[in-house]
Amino acid sequence: MSPLSRREFVAAGVAAGAGLVVGFYLPHGGKTGKEVFSPNAYLRITPDDKITIVVARSEMGQGVRTALPMILAEELEADWKRIEIEQAGASTLYGDQTTGGSASVRTTWDPMRKAGAAAREMLISAAALTWGVGRAGCTAQEGGVIHTASKRRLSYGELVGKAATLPIPSDVPLKQTKDYKIVGQRLARVDTPSKVKGEAVFGIDYRMPGMKYAVLSRCPTIGGKVLGFDDKESRKIPGVTYVGKISDAAVAVVADSVWGAMEGRRVLTVNWDEGPNKDLNIAAVMESLKQAAAKKGVSLYSTGDVSKVAGRRISAEYQLPFMAHAPMEPGNCTANYQGSGCELWAPTQVPQDCRDSVAQAVGLDPDQVKVNVTLMGGGFGRRLEHDYAVDAALVSKASQTPIKVMWTREDDMRFSTYRPASLHQLSAVLDGAGWPVAFTHRIVAPSISGQKGQPGPNGIDPDLPDEAAFIYGLPNVSLEYVLAETPVPLGWMRSVYALQAGFASESFIDELAAAAGKDPLEYRLHMLAKDKDKDQDIQYFTTTWHTARMRGVLQLAAERAGWGKPLPEGRFRGIACFGCFSSYMAEVVEISMENEVPRVHRVVAAVDCGQLVNPGIVEQQIPGGIVYGLSNALRARITIEKGRVVQGNFDDYPPLRMDEAPTVEVYAVPSTEAPTGIGEPSVPPLAPALCNAIYAATKKRIRALPILG
Amino acid sequence: MAELTLRVNGSEKKVNVPPETPLLWVLRDTLELTGTKFGCGAGLCGACTVHVEGAAIRSCATPVSQVAGKSITTIEGLGANGLHVLQKAWIAEEVPQCGYCQTGQIMAAAALLAKTPNPSDEQITQAMNGNLCRCGTYERIRRAIHRAANGGVAAAGGA
Repeated sequence: MSPLSRREFVAAGVAAGAGLVVGFYLPHGGKTGKEVFSPNAYLRITPDDKITIVVARSEMGQGVRTALPMILAEELEADWKRIEIEQAGASTLYGDQTTGGSASVRTTWDPMRKAGAAAREMLISAAALTWGVGRAGCTAQEGGVIHTASKRRLSYGELVGKAATLPIPSDVPLKQTKDYKIVGQRLARVDTPSKVKGEAVFGIDYRMPGMKYAVLSRCPTIGGKVLGFDDKESRKIPGVTYVGKISDAAVAVVADSVWGAMEGRRVLTVNWDEGPNKDLNIAAVMESLKQAAAKKGVSLYSTGDVSKVAGRRISAEYQLPFMAHAPMEPGNCTANYQGSGCELWAPTQVPQDCRDSVAQAVGLDPDQVKVNVTLMGGGFGRRLEHDYAVDAALVSKASQTPIKVMWTREDDMRFSTYRPASLHQLSAVLDGAGWPVAFTHRIVAPSISGQKGQPGPNGIDPDLPDEAAFIYGLPNVSLEYVLAETPVPLGWMRSVYALQAGFASESFIDELAAAAGKDPLEYRLHMLAKDKDKDQDIQYFTTTWHTARMRGVLQLAAERAGWGKPLPEGRFRGIACFGCFSSYMAEVVEISMENEVPRVHRVVAAVDCGQLVNPGIVEQQIPGGIVYGLSNALRARITIEKGRVVQGNFDDYPPLRMDEAPTVEVYAVPSTEAPTGIGEPSVPPLAPALCNAIYAATKKRIRALPILG
Repeated sequence: MAELTLRVNGSEKKVNVPPETPLLWVLRDTLELTGTKFGCGAGLCGACTVHVEGAAIRSCATPVSQVAGKSITTIEGLGANGLHVLQKAWIAEEVPQCGYCQTGQIMAAAALLAKTPNPSDEQITQAMNGNLCRCGTYERIRRAIHRAANGGVAAAGGA
């Protein structure tokens, strides 16, 4: 059972939206009985005018429980105040439910609109039939149908019985942007009140009768195994009920409280086979990247011929470390294995992968595993893995009791999957006037999907095409990917390879501008074909990028930041832009230097992400990504010594705190294009814009992250 | 094991737990008050912030035996009569994203406002710097505290 890779999911959703519609309509069509109208798996309307919209993506703070229902409600002409939200668990009705790749809105935009529109048209028909009038004289608005001529109105609830008997239309008209009443509005998020009251149920908060808690003792070295264990002391801890090996690499301690399980683990003795990586250290890992760089890679993108261009050549090498997601809610999952089935309550970005992986691990069929999706205290890609779910199911099976598996912060930091370390070799040729005429970027990095046994075509990590685009209209460009191998476990972390690619290429462009003695904004605008008739569409795998849209965000950010205008004494600016997840992003960072440490005062961000579904959520996500990006840039680094991850908690892996948080201004280019990603695109430009500001301040070029490493 | 009496959110609770158990786990596992969150277990992130005799403390690093008999307030008891002014401000400013750290943030802010009803930016930073948020909501947290201090009205200037 090999679940769709994250990349396949994104590609299927974006390139062929129809893929998501498979299994979309319920097998029994609209005929679900008189008491409920459910023309598709996303929607139920009952006679009491309750409208339930099902969200088939996971909420980790990015606002899907609000944004996705808004899309359906818009087409339905529903009264937003009457909408109730239901979270789907792992299902076969919604296509791939993976929540990642900044894809939830862009991949459900069409299915959710069509689901709402089909229901609306059926309700209009039901009203017309009830009144014996033509459909043309009837309109839907605010949760009811109105017969304009007679001013009669029937609410959707009153039409449920009739509507449920009608055939489901296959081709329905969608609303015009100008008629939107819900989409584009700054509506309050549905999950806010419960979160400020402490009532919201995250994975860690779910409880069930008879549930016990487990923590796992895992081999501290990467790839090590359990040889044996002595649980004599653990068994003396009050409340400890079970100690057992649950996999090659872990021993579980179960107790009737979290503290009991943690104490039981503290005194557990495990004899480890430290395995093949027991002498691995970070220097060797980074050296292996350098060695891999000597190999020929595979072309990601090529235009013109970079080898035939003569002129002034400039080259540089950039480097990034491993990083950990470190969501605030440590890993956890609740499982209840009962022989013929297993039910899970999982804070997960991949409910279907959890279902299939658990089924395989405990010897059940996937349809015997039920996965309920809880709120997540952050995901950032960490919860695209299924390890917490498999652990919970294995412990529940072994200990014959409902189990909540808990990860401590140290577990989360040391047994994570990490953003791949990478090496970047860049080279450019400038013409006599200093403008670039050739650009080469070799990305040397391990493959996340490759390590998980799902390499892309030609060994290119399937994420790279979406995340390493070079959206400048130069005549000669070569982007190359060189696969490096590492035993360090790899995972997808917010913006994935776009962080590495964006840092290297946008810093290097600043180097080129400086070498040419030109303003960094002017330099970029020139490469983006400043003259409108030179606009280019750059086809890059499945995405078509438009230089005009990138130019638009650069100009907007620069204008709002006052680019080119004098700054107060001691303040400096840097700029960067990047496109990923089909969105365009530019950021201007304003800093001062205090004892060689940059202080970021202000970030001005401009985005073009097509139609805004909820501007309020966009204005949360962009500063969120910027703060995340600033944490990454300043101090995030995971290192390995003696085969072990060194960092363990927020003291040696310190995220940004309030004292370093900048003011962030967000501006969006007005657009009626289909919506594109918003969760990740603000992350990549931050580090290069910051380092470019540091160069403006100090003339020192930072070519390795973290800045304060 | 020790029999302890705790005064949580105005009512007395008897618990029988090992005395060194961090207050956090007694609140969450024994008393089922799960609004207080586990983030780091080492007093580094503030997700577990509660009040003991009105002062903000890290419940993950406080043995329950130390707080027996003292008055403990958790997020569930903060707004004794409906929402606390800070909770209202948090809603008005749309602070939470994932929301996991926010109960701890609100408890830290409540302890600040109780002593400093109209804090400056600097005082806010000082009081809130021990509370991590990986979603990056710091600017809105600051705005919400100013709003609450300003009688629930958006504060001019502020951050």
